[in-house]
Amino acid sequence: MSTLKELRTRITSVKSTRKITSAMKMVAAAKLRRAQEQAEAARPYAERMERMLGSLAASLKGSDGAPPLLAGSGDDKTHLVVVASSDRGLCGGFNVNIVRSARQLITQLSAEGKNVKVLCVGRKGNDQLKREYKSHIVDTIIDVGKPRLEFTQANTIGHRISTMFAEGEFDVCTLIYAKFQSAITQEVTRMQIVPFAIPETKEEEEEEEEAKGGIPAIYEFEPDEEEILADLLPRNLSVQIYRALLENAASEQGARMTAMDNATRNASDMIDDLTIFYNRTRQGVITKELIEIISGAEAL
Amino acid sequence: MEEKVAFELVSPEKLLISAEVDMVLVPGAEGDFGILPGHSLFISGVRPGVLEVHNGGEVEQRIFVSGGIAEATPERCTVLAEQAVPMEELDAKEISSRIGDLRDDIDASTSDDDRETAENALMVAEAMLNAIAAAIR
Repeated sequence: MSTLKELRTRITSVKSTRKITSAMKMVAAAKLRRAQEQAEAARPYAERMERMLGSLAASLKGSDGAPPLLAGSGDDKTHLVVVASSDRGLCGGFNVNIVRSARQLITQLSAEGKNVKVLCVGRKGNDQLKREYKSHIVDTIIDVGKPRLEFTQANTIGHRISTMFAEGEFDVCTLIYAKFQSAITQEVTRMQIVPFAIPETKEEEEEEEEAKGGIPAIYEFEPDEEEILADLLPRNLSVQIYRALLENAASEQGARMTAMDNATRNASDMIDDLTIFYNRTRQGVITKELIEIISGAEAL
Repeated sequence: MEEKVAFELVSPEKLLISAEVDMVLVPGAEGDFGILPGHSLFISGVRPGVLEVHNGGEVEQRIFVSGGIAEATPERCTVLAEQAVPMEELDAKEISSRIGDLRDDIDASTSDDDRETAENALMVAEAMLNAIAAAIR
């Protein structure tokens, strides 16, 4: 049985743990709000970009001149898996879920006899993957989004991926990240970014346009289509990455907030239990002492 | 003139302008162009320069854009800018010192990639400075 002093120390230590977790929860909540705002602010750009690319791709459909970033390299032997995770832990199942999805994808692709390369964005993804797939990991990019995630950072990553693609280092690229739904749920998402998948809603829109009686949109280009596409496609890559990283950042904070909330609650429960136990023990000690005194007096 | 253009200026970080305007003057990759209501379908690259928003016969806003893509349809005009800064927020001194830094970067750069990014940034910064000089004149 633990002595009173031991119990007291334990209660104090759990109390200070609770202080830390509840502070972390508050910090995560504040960061979550900021991350969410940022993610929302970035949405219009990505949407407009998608719309523009959609109309460009439609006007290029069927022509041979489509650049590889859009049409693919004509092969699918080598896959690049970009795993976006966080740099820091203590955020519940956030990184574990992302890594699990990555692991599944890698196993599946390897089973199909494809070459798999992994690019980690964020320290934790690398930490968890390197034990099994060290030889697959091409590189790890850390400290993204510090102090604040900016487009230039996503652009650097995008630039790197398109350079790798241009050098023929991979054929298909998939990005794995956690899509933010709410502070409680984050959905791990796989998104193919190379070659660019034309959004499916496009066809509906086209039909709509045709239904309106208009002829299919024919754009005039300046300079020409190919040059614009060559500029737009790598940029779209960066935009997609930027968006994914923003979602990821929001998800991370959401996951951390929930995890820390649970931890705080568990700590409170534990403190309650310990306090009851402590009081009981103390009562027991007092009763014991009384009995000793009384029986001592009776013996006289 | 009753008709207006639904103009939108977006940078990756945020939506800067979304308004009904009379005309937009965009620094296109192959020369400046103005977008009026009823413009034909048109997509163009954008070079670093000043974008002007005209409303009610005068220039309402001047914004520096560092490149991007512009799209025009008869009803709307969308500019996707890499970076967009209102002219009032540009500071000539700060940019001059940045140009100096970038020149050093170019000299110190070891790889082609580094050099290229620095050179691009330098081009943008110089365009900014030119834009300021033009505005003062």
